[in-house]
Amino acid sequence: MTFLIDLVAATLRNATPLVYGTVGETYAERAGVLNLGIEGTMYAGAFFGFAAAHASGSLTVGLLTAVAVGLAAGALMAFLSVTVGTNQHVAGIGITLLLVGVSEFSNRLVFGGAGTLPKIESYALLSPFGLRALSQYALTYVAFLAVAPLGWWVLARTSLGLNIRAVGENPEAADAAGIDVARTRYLALMIGGALMAIGGAFFTLAALGSFTLGIIAGRGWVCIALVIFGRWRIGRGVLGALLFAAVYALQLRLRILPGWDAVPFELLLALPYLVVIAALALSGRNVDYPGAYLKPYRRA
Amino acid sequence: MTRLRWERRAAPPAWLTPALPVLAVAATFALTAVFVVLSGAGPLAAFNELFVQPLTTRFTVLEILVSATPLLLTGTAVAVAFRTGYWNIGAEGQLLAGAIAAAGTGTLVGGLPRPVALLAMGAAGAAAGLGWALLPALLRVRFDIDEVVTTLLLNPVALLLVTGLLNGPWRDPATGFPESERIAASAELPPLLARSRLHLGFVVAVALVAVAWFVTTRTPAGVRLRAVGLSPHAARFAGIDVRRHLLGAALVSGAIAGLAGVSEVAGIQYRLTEGVSPGYGYTGIVVATLGALSLPGVAFGALLLGLVNVGAGTAGRRLGVPSQLGQVVQATLLLVVVALLVLRRYRIVRAGRGARP
Repeated sequence: MTFLIDLVAATLRNATPLVYGTVGETYAERAGVLNLGIEGTMYAGAFFGFAAAHASGSLTVGLLTAVAVGLAAGALMAFLSVTVGTNQHVAGIGITLLLVGVSEFSNRLVFGGAGTLPKIESYALLSPFGLRALSQYALTYVAFLAVAPLGWWVLARTSLGLNIRAVGENPEAADAAGIDVARTRYLALMIGGALMAIGGAFFTLAALGSFTLGIIAGRGWVCIALVIFGRWRIGRGVLGALLFAAVYALQLRLRILPGWDAVPFELLLALPYLVVIAALALSGRNVDYPGAYLKPYRRA
Repeated sequence: MTRLRWERRAAPPAWLTPALPVLAVAATFALTAVFVVLSGAGPLAAFNELFVQPLTTRFTVLEILVSATPLLLTGTAVAVAFRTGYWNIGAEGQLLAGAIAAAGTGTLVGGLPRPVALLAMGAAGAAAGLGWALLPALLRVRFDIDEVVTTLLLNPVALLLVTGLLNGPWRDPATGFPESERIAASAELPPLLARSRLHLGFVVAVALVAVAWFVTTRTPAGVRLRAVGLSPHAARFAGIDVRRHLLGAALVSGAIAGLAGVSEVAGIQYRLTEGVSPGYGYTGIVVATLGALSLPGVAFGALLLGLVNVGAGTAGRRLGVPSQLGQVVQATLLLVVVALLVLRRYRIVRAGRGARP
């Protein structure tokens, strides 16, 4: 029973950064931009959120710094993919390389790359009703009770969301209907970037209280997979995040049991990527990619 | 405020082609100088260490070539695919597949003469890279499934395969480190010169770049590949089997990326380690883009990034500038170049009165 409760708690905790990242990436892609800068944006959110919290002694300052970094990363992606109209995948990979480089450069500069990493007093766990499974960080509550439902509501039910979907589906028609395509895409990418960076900051400001090199460890790529797994729907993307997090939490716990140490859990961790590729293969041409996916828009 | 807008050019003006590299270097210099100043060094001193000093000693010049070796291969892999309009983001995974195959084969070929052992490793690595590229390529040509995401997502899978092997069956039994058994002496790519890490893999990489250049620019097959990349519709209209050419480019790209893994295992590490590739596959995208997807450009790009890698190391030791400056400079250069390349097809004009911007 304790095992199960721990598993549920760990699943919610592991899913938290993925929820932020997946909702953020969904916004970008529904606006027609594949943002491969996500891995670097999460990394920079983790580092700069941590560094600001360490310097100021305030976690709020850290979180706001992460948001600012995410907004800037989203704006840079928008500048390259919308204003300039470059290849989205090259721009995204470039942003990831840049942000990982800048974060590690700054880490070296500020903390000297010493063996012992500084720690901060990270966010405390909230434990409503004394239930262990619900003993979670505030950022986890925000992810599941605010970011996911609000993210869905804005995208599905507000004019902003309609505009985002319109510029991602058919920018020519959206433009003709008087929607500012460039402005809407900037907005979607910046909202998305801020969410990705918060997802990264979750590691340093809540879960670990410290920064280590390689802290994001490919979770941005997991989010890219989850967005497709969820077929660009936030609800299904969050469900995918929970599934992945559950598998991850389970293998961590099984790995330490006697007799299980020889099991190749890496294959289990590879499953989400393979499932997404299989899902793409099975749905074939019917995959409902946003209509203007990967296409820059310029008036003729 | 004056509103600006993009206007399509018929052809890039003559002054632009020579001006672009100058503009790119100047912009990168200006943007990254901030980081140099933050670390308390002078920008000129730092860029001297980064771009000039490595060219002044024998050791560092050879190190540039060592550093450029995997980049020549991944850059060629990416350029061949991108030119054909196949957006292979999976060179990293294909490289790792090649590295796994090389490390595995390398321990089995102990009794064989060196040429045979090396050929066996090369063939295994190329086949592994090709195999890793096969699934996304088939999905693209059979079902029209976008390859950007599928090739990308196989990268973390390859990395998990590496860590799974190194934490499981391939873990060094003697030390317990996550490193595979050392490959046989006859499977090592021999060093080219005394007192240097430069190995035969560099010569192979240069030869491959030359062959790729010849094939893409001087043979009918190369012309067809470029036609497919420029306009699949026009190519189909001209009777070219677009799917077959896309598949071919994707698989050749994977095989070349696999050879990059062979080169690192057989020439530098002599075993599989988790750090066998610090992102060479992704850097290949930088190299190919800097080289405007041409093979001479790839050679130039790989040498330039090799120079920056070596320079960043010495700048770190001599000026106290964190050596991660190298990656910052490379990424900035990439973003500046992709932004500037758009100027070849568009120009910025002031929106005239009356005309809607």
